[in-house]
Amino acid sequence: MTHAVLEIRNVGKSYREFGSEWRRFASWLGFRSSRIKEHWVLRNIGFSVSRGEAVGIVGQNGAGKSTLLKIVTGTLGASEGKVIAAGRIAAILELGMGFNPDLTGRQNVEHSAGLMGFSLAHIQKLLPDIEAFAEIGEYFDEPLRTYSSGMQMRVAFSLATAARPDVLIVDEALSVGDAYFVHKCFKRIRQFREEGTTLLIVSHDKAAIQALCDRAVMIDKGRLVADGAPQEVLDLYNALIAEKETADTIRQVVGDDGTTAIASGTGEASFERVKIENTRGEVVEFVGVGDTVDLVLDVLVHKPIASLVIGYMLRDRLGQTVFGTNTYHEGMVIADARPGDRFQLRARFAANVGVGSYSVSVALASSETHLVNNYEWRDLALVFTVANTMRTTFVGGTWLPTSVSIRQDSAPISFDVASGAAGSV
Amino acid sequence: MKEMLLAIWRYRHFILSSIRNDLRSRFARSKLGALWMILQPLAQVAIYSLVLSRIMSAKLPGIDSRYAYSLYLLSGMLAWSLFSEIVSRSLTVFVDNGSMLKKIVFPRVCLPLIVVGSALVNNFLLLVVTIVVFALLGEFPGATALWIPALMVCGVAFALGLGLLLGVLNVFIRDINQFMQVILQLWFWLTPIVYMTTIIPPALMSWMRLNPMYWIVTEYQGVLVYGRGPELMSLLPILVSSLVLLIVGLLLFRKAAPDMVDVL
Repeated sequence: MTHAVLEIRNVGKSYREFGSEWRRFASWLGFRSSRIKEHWVLRNIGFSVSRGEAVGIVGQNGAGKSTLLKIVTGTLGASEGKVIAAGRIAAILELGMGFNPDLTGRQNVEHSAGLMGFSLAHIQKLLPDIEAFAEIGEYFDEPLRTYSSGMQMRVAFSLATAARPDVLIVDEALSVGDAYFVHKCFKRIRQFREEGTTLLIVSHDKAAIQALCDRAVMIDKGRLVADGAPQEVLDLYNALIAEKETADTIRQVVGDDGTTAIASGTGEASFERVKIENTRGEVVEFVGVGDTVDLVLDVLVHKPIASLVIGYMLRDRLGQTVFGTNTYHEGMVIADARPGDRFQLRARFAANVGVGSYSVSVALASSETHLVNNYEWRDLALVFTVANTMRTTFVGGTWLPTSVSIRQDSAPISFDVASGAAGSV
Repeated sequence: MKEMLLAIWRYRHFILSSIRNDLRSRFARSKLGALWMILQPLAQVAIYSLVLSRIMSAKLPGIDSRYAYSLYLLSGMLAWSLFSEIVSRSLTVFVDNGSMLKKIVFPRVCLPLIVVGSALVNNFLLLVVTIVVFALLGEFPGATALWIPALMVCGVAFALGLGLLLGVLNVFIRDINQFMQVILQLWFWLTPIVYMTTIIPPALMSWMRLNPMYWIVTEYQGVLVYGRGPELMSLLPILVSSLVLLIVGLLLFRKAAPDMVDVL
C-alpha cells in the first residue's frame, strides 16, 4: 500500500521582469502591467512520491533541478501549481547554512536547530546524538573557525539528520567529506529510508542514482521529460547529452558535469568518434564491473601521414592512469595513410576495475610517444561510469574475480563470488 | 496576523539565540569584548562634549550643572542610537541574510525582530551607562526617568516601521540603503541632539515639528535632564503614525516576501 508523501502538482516557476522596479511595486498593489515579461524556468512539473520511495532527479546544469528542490523545500514560491507534503522536509543542500565561525560547534548546533524550527527542549534532547554522530571529539566545544572543512561538514550533516524527516532532499553536498563519514552518512540515509523516509536525490553521480533510487525523473529545459526506472531515465539522459555533444563542432567540448575536453595537435588526423560498446554492439555509458566492452575509436586522416599510431589511456576520477597502450606496442602501426582514409580501432577489454567514473584520453601520433608528431591528443574524450550491478560488493580500484570457500568439517559450502550465488557442494 | 504571531512564538528560541550570537560575534576575539558597546557611544559623547560644550553650555537654560550639556547630549544620543541602529540594520537585514532566505524555510519576520532585539539590548546597556554617568556627575535622574521604556516603545515602533518598509524596498532597489545612510546623517543634524531647540529660528520651528524624532528626542531630554514628564498629547500622534507605518511595513513585507527570494 502506498500513499503519496509528496505530491508535486503541475508546478511552474516564472521569474518576472518588470522593466522597472516601480512597476513591480505597483504589482503588489494590484496593478497589472502588460509590460511584465515572464520567463518560465519550470513548467508543468507533476509527480508524486510515496512513503519510503527514493527518487533521483537528473538533468543538465540549468535544467531547473535546484529550482524544483527549492520549491519543494518551500524557500521559493511556485508561480503556479502547488507542492503538497505530508510531514517534515529536511534538505541536505543547506548544510552549514547559518553557521557562525566564532561560535563553538555546540553553540552553532543549538542555534541552527532553532532555525530548523526545533524547540529548545527538543534540541537539548538531540544534542548528545549529534555530538556522538559527528565524532569530532573535543572540537565540538571549540570555535568553528578552528575546524577543517570536513569537520564542519560532519557537524552540519549530523545536525541536518538529527531527527528523521519525512522527506529528505540530498544534493551534491554529500560528495565532500572523508570516505569514512560519507559511508556513515549513506548508512544513516538508508536507515531513514527503511523507517519510511522518502528520498529526493539530485546528483551527477549516475552510479549513486542507480544504486540508491527506485525511480528517476529527468528535467530538461524546465520540463519533466521522463519518469520511470532509473536505468531507463539515465539512458535517456545519456542520449540527450550525446546528442548535444555531437552537435558541437568546436574543439573544446564542455561535458555535462562541467568538464572540458581539450583537443590539441597538428591536425593531420583526428578522432571522429570515441565510444564504448557492449558485446551486443550498443553504445553504453554504464559499464558493469567485469563486463567485456569495446573501446571504439574512429579516426579520419586529413593529410598524408607516413606512420600513424593510435593510443588510448583510461584514467580514474582522480586522473590516475589505470591502463594505457598504443598500436606501436601492439605492432600495428599504420603506414602511408592517405587523406580521407578512415580507421577504426576496437580495443576489447574486461572492465575489471572498481566502481567509479573513468575517462578516456586518446592520441594520434607518428610513433610510440606523442612528443615527436602529435596529430591529435584529446583528454576526457569520453567519460563512462563503472557500476557494480552483478558482482559481490567490494572496495578498491580493481576487480579481482575471486572464488571464496569456507570449509566446515561436515558440510563444505562454497560461494561463487562472481555470480553471487551460494550453494552446497 | 495570528499565523505570524504563532510562527514568532515557535521560533522564539531561534530569535533569542540569534540576538545572543549577534552580540557574541560582534565582539568575539576583541580583548575588551562587550565593553566596546559602552565605550563607543561614550567616546562619541565625550568628543561632542569637548568640542561643543564651550559653545553650547551658556545656552542651556534652566540647568545649572556644569555638566548639563553632556547630560543633554547623552539623553539625545540614547534616543537617536536606538532609532538609527534599527533603521540602518533593517535596511540591509534581508539583503545580508539573502543566502539564508534562499535556502532555509523559516518565518522571515524573525529577521527584523532579531534586529530590534539586539538593538534593544545595546540600547539598554547604554541606558545603564547613561544613568551611571548621571549619578557620577551628581545628577541622578528623577522618577520621570521611568517614562523611558514607554519612550523606547515609541521609538522602536517608528524605527521598525520605517526600517521594515525601506528594508523590503532595498531588496529591489539597492540604492535605498546608500541613500538612507546619507539621510540618516542629515537627519541626525536636523534633530536637536547636539544643539538646543532655543537656537532654532522660530520660522524653522514649524518645520522641526514635522520630524517625529524631534518629539521623541526632546521627551528623552525632558524626562532625563529636566525631570519633567512627557507631554502625552504630543507623543500620541507620533505613536499612532508609527503604528500605522509599522502596519503598512508589515503588509508590504507580506506582499513582497515571495518576490524577495526571486531577486536576492
